[in-house]
Amino acid sequence: MDNIAGKKSSLSIAVNITVLLLVLIWLIPTVGLFVSSFRDRDAISASGWWLAASSTEQTFRGRGDTETTTPVDGGFALTGNVFEDPEIAPSFPDGQGNIAAFGDSGRAPGAYPAGEVADLGDGETLIVERNGDYVFTVPEDPEGSGPRYYIVAEAPPSFTLDNYRTVLTAGGMGQAFVNTLTVTIPTTIIPILMAAFAAYALAWMDFAGRTWLIAAIIGLLVVPLQLALVPMLTLHNQVGIGQSFLGIWLAHSAFGQPLAVYLLRNYMIGLPRDIIESARVDGGTDFQIFTKIILPLSFPALAAFAIFQFLWTWNDLLIAKVFLPSSDETKVMTVKIADDLLGSRGGDWGILAAAAFVSITIPLLVFFTLQRYLVRGLLAGSVK
Amino acid sequence: MNPVFQGLITIAIGVGGIFLYFIASNAFLDKVLFPAKGPNASRNINRANTIRPWLFLAPTIIALSLYLVYPVVGSFIRSLYNRSGNDFIGFANYTSMFASSEFRTAFLNNVLWALVVPSVSTFLGLLIAQLTDKLRWGNIAKSLIFMPMAISFVGASLIWKFVYAIDPELGIINAIRVNMFGAQPLDVLQVAFWNNIFLMVILIWVQTGFAMVILSAALRGIPEETIEAAIIDGANPFQIFFKIQIPQVTNTIIVVFTTTTILVLKVFDIVYAMTGGNFNTQILPSYMMQFMFRDDGRATAVAIVIMLIVTPVMVQNIRQARAEMR
Repeated sequence: MDNIAGKKSSLSIAVNITVLLLVLIWLIPTVGLFVSSFRDRDAISASGWWLAASSTEQTFRGRGDTETTTPVDGGFALTGNVFEDPEIAPSFPDGQGNIAAFGDSGRAPGAYPAGEVADLGDGETLIVERNGDYVFTVPEDPEGSGPRYYIVAEAPPSFTLDNYRTVLTAGGMGQAFVNTLTVTIPTTIIPILMAAFAAYALAWMDFAGRTWLIAAIIGLLVVPLQLALVPMLTLHNQVGIGQSFLGIWLAHSAFGQPLAVYLLRNYMIGLPRDIIESARVDGGTDFQIFTKIILPLSFPALAAFAIFQFLWTWNDLLIAKVFLPSSDETKVMTVKIADDLLGSRGGDWGILAAAAFVSITIPLLVFFTLQRYLVRGLLAGSVK
Repeated sequence: MNPVFQGLITIAIGVGGIFLYFIASNAFLDKVLFPAKGPNASRNINRANTIRPWLFLAPTIIALSLYLVYPVVGSFIRSLYNRSGNDFIGFANYTSMFASSEFRTAFLNNVLWALVVPSVSTFLGLLIAQLTDKLRWGNIAKSLIFMPMAISFVGASLIWKFVYAIDPELGIINAIRVNMFGAQPLDVLQVAFWNNIFLMVILIWVQTGFAMVILSAALRGIPEETIEAAIIDGANPFQIFFKIQIPQVTNTIIVVFTTTTILVLKVFDIVYAMTGGNFNTQILPSYMMQFMFRDDGRATAVAIVIMLIVTPVMVQNIRQARAEMR
C-alpha cells in the first residue's frame, strides 16, 4: 500500500515504535515471573527482578575463624577473609567481592563502614576491610565457635533451580501436574470423536429438524457453565459418580460439545460436495464416508478444536473445583496454585513463580508449536 | 488405582466405546431392523436413512441435554428451594439476594467488566491488527501478544500479582511509583473502584490477542480495491482506517465484542485468585462461588441471574444463525 501512495512516511517509524512498546507491555509481566522463578528468596527481597542480572547489595553473616586464634594484647585475635567463610563463600564464586559495611548484630548488619575499626563494647573490636580481610579481637578465647559478624556486600547475580526442585518434589505440585494430565488427555480426545460424528450428520445428512438442531447448538454455545454446577454435581452424587475423575471427564466432554460441533460442522460443510457424492454413488455407507473421507480431510479442524479443548481443560479452575474432590491426591495445578500456594506461600514469591511456570509451560509449548491450527480454528468459528 | 492408569483405560474405553457404538448401531440398523433386502428392501433403505442421522447425533444430544439443557431447568428449580434443598421457598433466594449490598456490588462491577473488558480488548485488538499488518516483524509481534491466550487465568493472575505487588523491590508498578516519583508504595488492589480496573487489565491482557487474530483476518479480507480507490482519492491513513476499513469489519467487531462479553460473565478465576472478592471487587461468577457447597439455593439463584443476562445474546446468535442458513 505504501508503494501506491508513493511515500514511506514517518508514520512507519511511529508504527514500529508503538508496536514495540505494546509488545513490551505485553511481555513484561511474564518475563518478570520467569526471571523471579530462578531467584532465591533473598535475591527476590533484595532487588527487583529487572535488576536480576546486575549485582545487588545483600547482607551475609559468618563467624570468626577460631583456628586462627592468636593471643594479643588484651585478648585474642581472629583473622581471615570473609569470602572464605563457609557460610558466605557459596554466594561469591570468584572468592572476592566488595564490602560496603559490617556489623555484629542482625538488626544492624551495616552499622560500621568498611575499613574502620569498630568498638563493639565488652572489649571486642572488629575491622573488615573492603576486600574482606578482617580482624576480630575478643577478650576471651572463643574456643569452639567463633563470634558472629555481619557484612553488607555487593553480591554477583545468582540464579538457581531450587524453586523448581522444591515445587516439583515437595508440596504436591508434581502430583498436581500428573492429575492435570489425567483430566486433560481423555477430555481432549473423547469429545472430539463424539462431536465429529454429530458434525458430519449436521453437515452432510438430510433429516427433518436439522436447522433447528444447529440453531440449538449455537444457542448452547453461550449458556454459562455455572448453571450446570449444582444440578450436575447433585446428579453425579445421586448416581454414585460423586466428585471423581470420571465425573470431571464426563463434565468436560459434555461442555466441549457445542464448540466442537460448531467448529467441525463449519469446516466439514466446506469440504467438496463431489467427493462425498461420488463416494455415495459408489455405494459407500455414511459410516465409511465418515471414517475414510471426512475424518482425514477434517484434520485441520480436529487439530484446532483439540488445541482449544486442551488449553481450556488444562487451564480450567471452575470445573475442577466443583467436580473433583478437594483432597491433595486429586488436586489439579490450577486449584493447587489458587487455593494452596496463594494462601500458604503468599510471601514466597520464588516458589509461586516456579509453580506458575510449571503450570504454564505445557500450554505455551502446545501454543507455540500448533499456533497455526489454533488461528485457523478461531477463524472458522467467527468469520465466514 | 493410579489415576494415570485410570485415565489411559478411560481413553481406551471412551474411544473404543464410541467407535463400537457407531459400528454396532449402524450394523443393527442395516442388518436387523431394516435389512436392505427382501420384499421391502427399498422402503427399508429409506427408513434406515431417516434414522441414521440420529444415531450419529445421539451421544452429543444426550451429553448436551444432560449437561447444558437440563441444568437450566434444574438450576431454576433448585433456586426456589432453601439451603438444604428440602423446603420450597419460592423466590425468597432472589429477594434476599437483591436486597444484599454485596450482590449489588457484584452486579454493578459485572456491568463495568462487561462494558470495559470487551471494549478495550476489541479496540486494542483492532489497533494492533492494523499496526502489525504492514510490519516485517508483524507476525512475531502478533504471536507474542496472542501468547497470554495459552495461560490459565490463575497463571495470569499470579503473573499480575507480581506486577501489582506492594513491595517496591518486587512489583514494577510500585517500583516506578517509589523510584521515579518518590511516592509511598501502595497496594493497588485495595484502592477503591480502581482495583476493579486493575483486575480487568488482567483479562484484557489475556483477551486482546483473541480480538487481534480475528480482526486481523477480517482486515485482510477487505477488498483491496476499496482501499486503493481511497488512496487515489487522496485519503490519509487515518481516514482509510476509520472510513474505509472499520465499516467493512463491523460485523466481525460485533462478533468479537459479544464473544468477549460472554467470557466476562464466566470468568471467576481472576477475582478469586487476586482479591477473593474483597475490597469491593466482587463479580457475579465469583459471588456465586462463595455460595457453592454452602448454600446451593443461593448459588443457583446467582447462576440464573447470569443466564438471564446472556439470554439476549443467545437469542441474537440463534436468529443470526437461522438467517444465515436460509
